Amino acid sequence: MKLSFVKTLAFAAAASLALASGAAQAAGGAKHPKDGGFSFEGPFGTFDQGQLQRGFKVYREVCAACHSMNLVSFRNLGEKNGPFWSEEHSNPNDNPYVKAIAAEFEVADVDSETGDAITRKGTPADRLPSPYPNEAAARAGNGGAYPPDLSVMAKARHGGADYIYSLLTGYRQPPAGLKVQPGVYYNPYMAGDLAAYWTGDHDHVPAGGFIAMPPPLADGQVTFDDGTRSTVEQQSKDVAAFIAWASDPKATVRKQTGVSVMLYLALFAGITYVSYRRIWRNVAH
Amino acid sequence: MSDHESTYVPKSGFERWLDQRLPIIRLMNDAMVDYPTPKNLNYWWTFGGILTVCLMIQIVTGIVLAMHYVPHVDHAFASVERIMRDVNGGWLIRYVHSNGASMFFIAVYIHMFRGLYYGSYKAPREIIWILGCIIFFLMIATAFLGYVLPWGQMSFHGAVVITNLLGSIPLIGESITTWLWGGFAVDNPTLNRFFSLHYLLPFVIAGVVGLHIWALHVPGNNNPVGILIPQDQRRRDTVPFHPYYTVKDGFAIIVFLLMFAAFVFFNPNALGHADNYIPANPLVTPAHIVPEWYLLPFYAILRAIPDKFGGVIAMFASIGVLFVLPWLDTSRVRSMRYRPAMRWYFIIFVIVALGLGWCGAQLPDAQVIPGVPSFVLLDGELNSYLWLTRILTAYYFIFFLVIMPFVGLRETPLPVPESISSPVLSAPGAVPAGSHAEAEKKG
Repeated sequence: MKLSFVKTLAFAAAASLALASGAAQAAGGAKHPKDGGFSFEGPFGTFDQGQLQRGFKVYREVCAACHSMNLVSFRNLGEKNGPFWSEEHSNPNDNPYVKAIAAEFEVADVDSETGDAITRKGTPADRLPSPYPNEAAARAGNGGAYPPDLSVMAKARHGGADYIYSLLTGYRQPPAGLKVQPGVYYNPYMAGDLAAYWTGDHDHVPAGGFIAMPPPLADGQVTFDDGTRSTVEQQSKDVAAFIAWASDPKATVRKQTGVSVMLYLALFAGITYVSYRRIWRNVAH
Repeated sequence: MSDHESTYVPKSGFERWLDQRLPIIRLMNDAMVDYPTPKNLNYWWTFGGILTVCLMIQIVTGIVLAMHYVPHVDHAFASVERIMRDVNGGWLIRYVHSNGASMFFIAVYIHMFRGLYYGSYKAPREIIWILGCIIFFLMIATAFLGYVLPWGQMSFHGAVVITNLLGSIPLIGESITTWLWGGFAVDNPTLNRFFSLHYLLPFVIAGVVGLHIWALHVPGNNNPVGILIPQDQRRRDTVPFHPYYTVKDGFAIIVFLLMFAAFVFFNPNALGHADNYIPANPLVTPAHIVPEWYLLPFYAILRAIPDKFGGVIAMFASIGVLFVLPWLDTSRVRSMRYRPAMRWYFIIFVIVALGLGWCGAQLPDAQVIPGVPSFVLLDGELNSYLWLTRILTAYYFIFFLVIMPFVGLRETPLPVPESISSPVLSAPGAVPAGSHAEAEKKG
C-alpha cells in the first residue's frame, strides 16, 4: 500500500509538472527571456553587492528620469543584503553612503512653521522621489504612455530579472513586413500580438510586441565606479539585478531561513518516522 | 465509534471536580487518545490531520496579516508590500498565508479523492461527506475573497468576472451584483466587505470542521478495506488513536510541511500569477484573466457552456452534485479495491479532473494538438480547448449521474474480507452475506 501511495504521488507530481510547463508555453507570443546567469538564482543564490551598486547607478541616472520606485526608501539601500549595506553601520539610518545619497535628492515637504510647500534635502527615511507629480504628468511627458513603477517589477513579469535583462537588450530592427507605428518600438521580448501589423506569412507572425519606451541604454552611458566596462549588456544585467533586489529585498534572508527550516523538518521527519516504526512494530497491518 | 466505553479516569481531585461539571478532558480523551481507529489506514488517511494543520496555519497567519493590512483601494497593494518589507518576519507570514491557500487545496483534493475511492461517503457516513462538501464550498469562497485583498490586477479583474457571473441570473441578477458590490462597480466598498467576509468565513469553516469530526466519531473511520468493523473484531481490528495515529499523522504532516516550506522559502511566487504584482487598474484588463490553479477545473466547466447563465449553473452543479453523491452510488461495496470496473472509471475521473484544470488555464480557441487541421463543430474547431473542455465536462457529470448508479448495479465486486485482520477469503465463491453487491438494489 505504501508503495502505491508513493507511486501515485509520483504520478501526480509528473502530471502537475506537465500541466505547469504547458501553461508556461501558452503564456503569450513573446520570446522566452534569455538567462541572465544571475548570482541570486537558485535556492542558495545571493545578490552581488557590486552589481546592485552598479544597477542602482543605472536606475538613478537612466530609469529614474521616467520611472518611479514608490515602495523603496533610501534606508532600504543600506539594509542587510542591500546595495550599500555595511557591517559597521547595521542601522541603515547611520550609513554614510545612504545619508549622502539621500541628501543629493530634493524631496517635497511642508514647512512646519508657515505651512508653505517647500523642498528639503532627503534623509534615509524618505522614499525615492518620483520623476512626475502624477500619472497624467507622466503620460503627458511620454507621448501618452505611462512608465510603470519599478518597485516590484521583477515579481510582476514572468521571467523576473531575466525578462528585464532580455527586454533592455532585446531592441532590434523590426523584421521586414512589420508595420511599426510612430512612437513605439519593436521588441521580441515584449508581450503582445503583432498579427494585425504583420503583412507577411500568417503562420509566421514575429514573436514579441511593441513598446513605447525608446531603447534607454547605450554603451558608455553610465560610468561604473568599479571600472566595469559599461556596455548595454552590462548595464541591463546590473539594473535587472537591482530591480530584482528591490522587488524582493528579503530574498536572501528568506532562502537562508529556508535552508535551516528544511534541515530541521527533515531531521524531525526522520525522528518521527523512527518513532512511528517503533510504536507500530507489534501491530500487524 | 461513539458506542465505545469511555476509558477516562480522572487522576486528581481537580479533574474529578471538573469532570462532574464540564467533562471536557473526557471528551478530548475519548476523541483523540482512546478513540478506536482501524489499524489498516494508509497514508491517504493522513490528509485529515494535514488539513487541520493547514486551517490553523491560515487562521494564525491571517490574524497577524490583518493587523497590518489596510482594506482600502488606495492602500491595499502597498500595505501588502509593506508587510513584506517593513514588518518583522512579515515576508514569512505573508508567503506562508498565500502559499498556504494552495497547500490547503492540494490537501483537500487528495482528501476528497481518497473519500471517493474508498467509498467514505456511503452509509453510515453521508453526513460526514456532506459536511465536507460544505467545508470545500466555504474554502472556495474564502480563497476567492482572500485573492481579492492584495488588490492586484488579477484580484480586481477576477473579482469583476466572478461577481458578474451572478449578474447573469435572470430578473434579480443585476440587483444582486449591485448589492454585493455595494455600488455600481467593484470598488472600495467591495474590497472592504470582502475583507470582512474573508476574516469571518475561516471561523465558520472551523465550526463545520468540528461538526465534520463529530460526525466522523459516531460511525468511526472508514478504512481501505471499506468494511464496518464487526463488534467482535473490534479489539483485533482497531488501535487507539494515540499514539498510533498521532505519530503516523505527525510524520505525514512533517513531510507535507517540507513540501510547503520548499515553496514558501525557495519559490514563493511560483503558484501565483505575476499580474497580481501589478496594482489594480480598472481601465486596463489583463490579457488573460485566470483564477488561481485550484479553481481552474471549475473555471473550465464555466466556460464549457456557451450560455453564460448555463455556465454558472454547470459550475455550481459540479460542486452541488457532490452533495448527493451518497445516493447516486448504488454499490454496497465501499472500497474500490474490490470494485474492478469502478476503479477504472475512477482513474479516468482523476485524469479528467486534472485535465479540466489544464483546460481552465488555456485559451478556448487554442489548438490542443498544434498544427492538426480539424473541422468546425457547431461553434468551434474540434481541435480546440473549447471542445476538449466540453468532452471532459461531460465525463465529469456522466461519472456521477450515470456511471455511479449503473456500474453499482451491474458490477460484480471481488470478495471483501469480513474483518481487517482476516485475510481476503481464499475461495472466490465464499463471499459473506452483506458484502455482495451484484445486481443488488440499493437499501
